[in-house]
Amino acid sequence: MNKKWVGASIKRKEDPAFLKGEGQYLDDIHMLGMLHAAFTRSPHAHAKILSIDKSKAMAVPGVKAVFLYRDLPDIVRQQTLPLLVPHPSIIKTKLPYALVNEEACYVGEPIACVVAENRYIAEDAAQLVEVEYVVLDVANDCLDALESSTHCAHLDMSNNIAAKFQINVGDTDAVFKTAPQVISERFFQHRGGPFFMECRGAIANYDKGADAYTLHVSSQGSHRIKRCMLELFDLSDDQLRVVAPDVGGGFGPKGSYYPEYANVAVAAKVLGCAVKWIEDRRENFLTTHQERDQYWDVELAVNQDAKILGLRGRLVHDNGAYVPWGIVVPWISATTVPGPYVIENFKLDVFSMYTNKIQVTSVRGAGRPQAVFAMERLMDRVAQTLGMDPAEVRRRNFIQPEQMPYNVGIIFRDGRPVTYDSGDYPACQAAALARADYLGFKARQAKAREAGKYLGLGMANAVEATGLGPYEGATVKISTTGKITVYTGAVPQGQSHKTTLAQVAADALNADPKDIQVITGDTALIGLGIGTFAARTAVTAGSSVHLAATDVAQKIKAYGAAMLSCAPEQVSINDGYVVLNSDPQQKKSFREIAVRSVGMPGFSMANGLAPGLETTSYFTPDRSTYSNGTHVVELEVDIHTGSVEILRYTVAHDCGKLINPMVVDGQIVGGIAHGIGNALLEQMVFDDQAQPVSTNFGEYLLPLSTNMPKVDMVHLETPSPLNPLGVKGAGEGGTIPAIAAIISAVENALSPFDVRISHTPISPQDLVELLGEHALGETTL
Amino acid sequence: MSDKRNITVTVNGNTYEREVDTRTTLVDFLRHDLELTGTHVGCEHGVCGACTVLVDGKSVRSCLMLAVQADEQSILTVEGLALGGQLNILQQCFQDHHSLQCGFCTSGMLMTLTEFLRDHPEPTEQEVQEVLTGNLCRCTGYLPIISATLDAARKMREGSK
Repeated sequence: MNKKWVGASIKRKEDPAFLKGEGQYLDDIHMLGMLHAAFTRSPHAHAKILSIDKSKAMAVPGVKAVFLYRDLPDIVRQQTLPLLVPHPSIIKTKLPYALVNEEACYVGEPIACVVAENRYIAEDAAQLVEVEYVVLDVANDCLDALESSTHCAHLDMSNNIAAKFQINVGDTDAVFKTAPQVISERFFQHRGGPFFMECRGAIANYDKGADAYTLHVSSQGSHRIKRCMLELFDLSDDQLRVVAPDVGGGFGPKGSYYPEYANVAVAAKVLGCAVKWIEDRRENFLTTHQERDQYWDVELAVNQDAKILGLRGRLVHDNGAYVPWGIVVPWISATTVPGPYVIENFKLDVFSMYTNKIQVTSVRGAGRPQAVFAMERLMDRVAQTLGMDPAEVRRRNFIQPEQMPYNVGIIFRDGRPVTYDSGDYPACQAAALARADYLGFKARQAKAREAGKYLGLGMANAVEATGLGPYEGATVKISTTGKITVYTGAVPQGQSHKTTLAQVAADALNADPKDIQVITGDTALIGLGIGTFAARTAVTAGSSVHLAATDVAQKIKAYGAAMLSCAPEQVSINDGYVVLNSDPQQKKSFREIAVRSVGMPGFSMANGLAPGLETTSYFTPDRSTYSNGTHVVELEVDIHTGSVEILRYTVAHDCGKLINPMVVDGQIVGGIAHGIGNALLEQMVFDDQAQPVSTNFGEYLLPLSTNMPKVDMVHLETPSPLNPLGVKGAGEGGTIPAIAAIISAVENALSPFDVRISHTPISPQDLVELLGEHALGETTL
Repeated sequence: MSDKRNITVTVNGNTYEREVDTRTTLVDFLRHDLELTGTHVGCEHGVCGACTVLVDGKSVRSCLMLAVQADEQSILTVEGLALGGQLNILQQCFQDHHSLQCGFCTSGMLMTLTEFLRDHPEPTEQEVQEVLTGNLCRCTGYLPIISATLDAARKMREGSK
């Protein structure tokens, strides 16, 4: 065979089942005697609960139980949900209970869990739980929460600061004292939620005899969910199995632990049967984590040659009501700012603020799009201020490839210095500009203006930490049927692990990926795991599969050679057989060898060989590996309606070696769609009492097929030196620079009107307002 | 809290007689009563299109239709598309073009496009783009769905010659 599968755009192994409607998503799982849960939720963003009367709900025929905070088992009642990532900069740690005890801190916080024969009845009864509230003042906007409001998101706090920290590199203030040019601006950035198509859900079951739970959950990380459950319920490892079935999208927030998962487990034990909860879309808008508001007040010092001297400022981040992931999002934002540019002096004060809104945790891009937006807007401002070409301004500030590995001088969330391992940023921008015909744009723009059309071009560069530790493991096993199976704690939500990890194993075992089964996200099948998020699986799980499969290949060659009475160096693996090199007729099948490898009772293992054809590896990357990319956007703005049509979208992207180029392209195009949504469409709107008012897909706009331009893509492949496959993450690079590039292009299109854009998303109404009288069509230039 | 009615529906060629609550939506009936879980619930307010099925040949949001309204009607769901276990032309083009990632919106996409390609055997790219505005996908950015549809239309035309 000797075909290399890594690097090939093979068709996905996942697809036939999905295309025939045979996927097994959470709500497709049915268990005998299963009951259904629905939640009574706080209608107020901040309220104290005086009393709860569940008698009417209990009286509904078909209702089996109604759980309030006071009904939870002691161990669950006494603990909040866990803090996943502690950090010393957190001043006051606020985390929710599985059900609200006394104080509800966001709209949708669960107060009662109603369990009934079916979901219809459970929802009927959930509305009959009577709760008496005292409505409290709210912390709404995060900047107000820091600067002016006296309203606290939590009653026992005297301010709203969840965490504060400073990034400090060089001697920034000194540089600003003498800088020839200082550009300063406030940027307001809003991102919405993940809005995966399959809402969240969980099914808990409890085995009384074994005193053990099984939780099926639509999650990005079954082992993480298990860790949280073990803490919250004080269980030992063998008392809980967590399984993630097919997962219909995740984009970050499905990796979090949510109160509903604890509630179905409580109910399953009390009621002695399986209990299912499926989030409906309104609940999804209210209670699935989002990534919302950031205010950036930043100053950039440059010299007359457009070289950056220093950058300083303040970032105020809307953290929402609780801090389940600590300061992960603002920390990533802050450390992403320098991107591909040399910035020797950098100081940023970061405030993460409690507000009475659903928690903010990572959504695809994870705080990076905001950092890139701030940095790239400043680069455009430099170009405007100095009258220079924006591409040239960027080019003059790039870290050069010969400077790799490059220590940025700041510490990433993994506690290690931000050290870029590899990449050629000037080449990446040059490739994108060439493909986008950057040089020809001025003529296109001028010609369009003659016809009364406003074309703009914008660009943005980004560098992304991918392949985060600590590890993701894989077990590669050849069973006694001769079949190859890969088990991993990674949990795909569309990323094609079952195909790409099979490709990696196929190369090591000289097999066809179609003969390799990949089983993901079941804590019973591999001891440790983290999950799929942060563009980490190709690096971590991919490398583990490579290491484990390579080791299994050595084992099967050793056994095969022993059975063929020769040395391991004299055999090779081919298509399910170990073959004697000198006489290919002499061979042993994987099945024969696997049977031999498990041994026979009473007989010693031959030649000191370890039993079984099975190896588990946990690749532990030393530090992150950095992907990079340049996006160039050409678009037209209709100055009368404010509508934006993207005409041409060009990407140059470097995520190291590509395991499956088709899959990488899919990730990038999908990521761009998400970025288009963030730039032009998606907005979670809250009223002045922090009540969400965009809670369905009519009010919250996701990108549609008609919003998507053609995407032209150039891949650069700078292999990562930090893992055996040379790969880097690809899941978020499509989103990260997109917002900055689109807004840059819109502003460029409107340059005749001197419109400056310093917030996202930007709606047609916003543009018409910014255009003022020009939009009325009365004034032309 | 609700009435019950007896209904008879034909789904993918099989006829079922069931007693249902009058308030049961068609999608819940298909998924939970008939255990045809290939049709998915994405938003329950008729926007995302994940639950699209064909009722007497017309595309319908099965989250916005009651099961009792389907009485005496013929329904096609995603489970009825493959021929003898083999992917049909449109399904195969979806795989060829990497038109699905998480797969959750896919059944609704396929049903919308099944109706569309039946009625528009020679669609333009813009027509495909427009018909897809009724179905949300968060993973793919739609482009590979558009190219798969155009490819399928081409192959269907070639096949019918």
